[in-house]
Amino acid sequence: MNHLALPTVSYAALAPILFLLLGGVALMVLSALSRRPLAAGTVTGYSVLIGFGALISALAEYGHVNGAGPSSTVASAIAVDGFSAAIAVTVSVVVILASLLSHGYLRRMQIDAPAYHVLALTSASGAIIMAAANDLVVLFLGLEILSIALYVLAALNRRSAKSEEAALKYFILGGFSSAIFLFGIAFTYGATGSTNLQVITRTLGEGVAAKPGLLLAGLGLLLVGFFFKVAAVPFHLWTPDVYEGAPTPVTGFMAAAAKVGGFAALLRVLLTAMPQLSTNWTPVVYSVAVATLIGGAVLMVVQRDAKRMLAYSSINHAGFLLVGIVAATSAGISADLFYLFTYSVTALATFGIVTMLAGPRDDDAGIDRLSGLARRHPAIGAAMAILLLAQAGVPFTTGFIAKFSVIEAVVGHGSIPLAIIAMASAAVAVFAYLRLVATLYRTEDIATVDLGYDDSLTDGPAAFAIGLSVVVTIFFGIFPAALLDFGRTAVAHLLP
Amino acid sequence: MTSLLATVAIPDLLVFLLGALLCLVGAVSILTVKNPVHAALSLVMTLFGIAVLFIELQADFLAAVQIIVYAGAIVVLFLFVIMFLGVDREEDLAVEPIVGQRPLAAVLITALMASIVALGLVGHFEVGPATQTGMLHGGAGNVADLGRSVFTTYLFAFEATAGLLIIAVVGAVVLARRNNPDDHVAESQVEELA
Repeated sequence: MNHLALPTVSYAALAPILFLLLGGVALMVLSALSRRPLAAGTVTGYSVLIGFGALISALAEYGHVNGAGPSSTVASAIAVDGFSAAIAVTVSVVVILASLLSHGYLRRMQIDAPAYHVLALTSASGAIIMAAANDLVVLFLGLEILSIALYVLAALNRRSAKSEEAALKYFILGGFSSAIFLFGIAFTYGATGSTNLQVITRTLGEGVAAKPGLLLAGLGLLLVGFFFKVAAVPFHLWTPDVYEGAPTPVTGFMAAAAKVGGFAALLRVLLTAMPQLSTNWTPVVYSVAVATLIGGAVLMVVQRDAKRMLAYSSINHAGFLLVGIVAATSAGISADLFYLFTYSVTALATFGIVTMLAGPRDDDAGIDRLSGLARRHPAIGAAMAILLLAQAGVPFTTGFIAKFSVIEAVVGHGSIPLAIIAMASAAVAVFAYLRLVATLYRTEDIATVDLGYDDSLTDGPAAFAIGLSVVVTIFFGIFPAALLDFGRTAVAHLLP
Repeated sequence: MTSLLATVAIPDLLVFLLGALLCLVGAVSILTVKNPVHAALSLVMTLFGIAVLFIELQADFLAAVQIIVYAGAIVVLFLFVIMFLGVDREEDLAVEPIVGQRPLAAVLITALMASIVALGLVGHFEVGPATQTGMLHGGAGNVADLGRSVFTTYLFAFEATAGLLIIAVVGAVVLARRNNPDDHVAESQVEELA
């Protein structure tokens, strides 16, 4: 009785999480111990290196799973499978790009660089924990690690009252949604007797469906928590305000990391723990997907601010990702994986460009301000145009392949009406994207707008990250096979 | 529900009713008393009632933690903030910021309560009181059981909690620190907005 059998821990499988979490903690200690404030360049370089470490370990895990098959570690709290490895790869790429994109911004705004990077690294580790969680308790902790760091990141721009307002709004609403999510976990535990996803699905297989009230209440509350996190209509009301108020590089990071973590966990819970309840959750996800697709696209058209427009664009993207969940097939999951990766890259880079344009105080991203930009700064204008067209789903960009594969999956599943709604919403969204592109190339206002932010337009690391994202967007738009195969193999090795 | 009541011994039922009464009376008076300090003290009553319910469920350790952490530390923090901000007097609650807010809240709360009761009646529970699911490990030590599961089944969750706490501390420090020379800009902006 005195002997305690500790669970076996596969550190190789946990490496992406450990890199980001311990990397963040180590940076915190270093910046506290150093006599002088750490140079911004050093911190950015460190953060990129940590991101690369996580990326390489995630790829190694992916390779290992391909050979050895999916398993779980630390008393089956963490899933070691292709799916979590693929999400870890995505999140690592997000970390690398976000570090580069924020570098110049933090210097211009005189924001404490280590604080930003510590929070971003730990937040990213939360997204990977969510994706790899094989237990609802671990999933919740991942969600909180992701969210709490994001609340603080949103408040990082001390010179802007909007930033503080955004953080408070995000914090209070996020706190509520976490509480609802936790209730969902408690109800699910009450109905199934476990928080472990495999045990839950085994219990459901034995059939508690005779009196499913508690179970369905748990499922419903879990869904509300997830829908809030991924900003699905009607749980999206916080999104435009928070995206607008948060420092722009943080908005980009938030748009990518929170969506990746939220969707990864949603996919895993619905498709591995509760496939038996698909007749119950499919109608809910279906109707939320329809509302999100239409709401995101229609509200995007009426925005006068680039950040708010991109917020609604991210809501529209969430709708497409939900379409992949409705499909509920391995084709749907791998389409969602492809979508998450490509969306993260394009969204981050788009917000990176908005950072350059939002003025010296990062407080004016009005669409009119961008008028004629492409004529003064052809490179930035062209990059922005390509990224916006990719988000719109124009062929020869990743956006097209992503939207196409999601719709293909849902058609294969037999939900033709949803596919038609998705395509119609994409058509509406194209109008908003093209209007922004047209504004960039307008000729008449060139002389009238005062620049005054040349500093931000010559931000080397950010320009490099944006260029890299544009290359990725076009390359995988023309040769998507490798990335699509990566996703398919990942899903083939999903822990059942 | 009748079958559930039939299996519960009378002393257990009395303790449950007492605990439930404490919780409900405390919760209602949080909403009805005018003085915020009294509301915080009513919260202690609710939390104490929950501790009694934990004991009834044989979760002795949780009951102790409930008293020490919630009824102790957290309510003290509440009182500290209330007194620090000087709101320890009556607030005018007669004004409704949104018209029809209160009646709507009453309707929604009633619906919520009704659905929770309905869930209790129709739901299938895998877990429950010892009278339903049997004694926990034959009634052996609670602390030992918890300690064991923290270092076995929930080892990763335990370690992740450590990470979460670090981030919470870092976040609090980042938000609280105001040594930026440009901070007066933020304050003047806040005034402008107000």
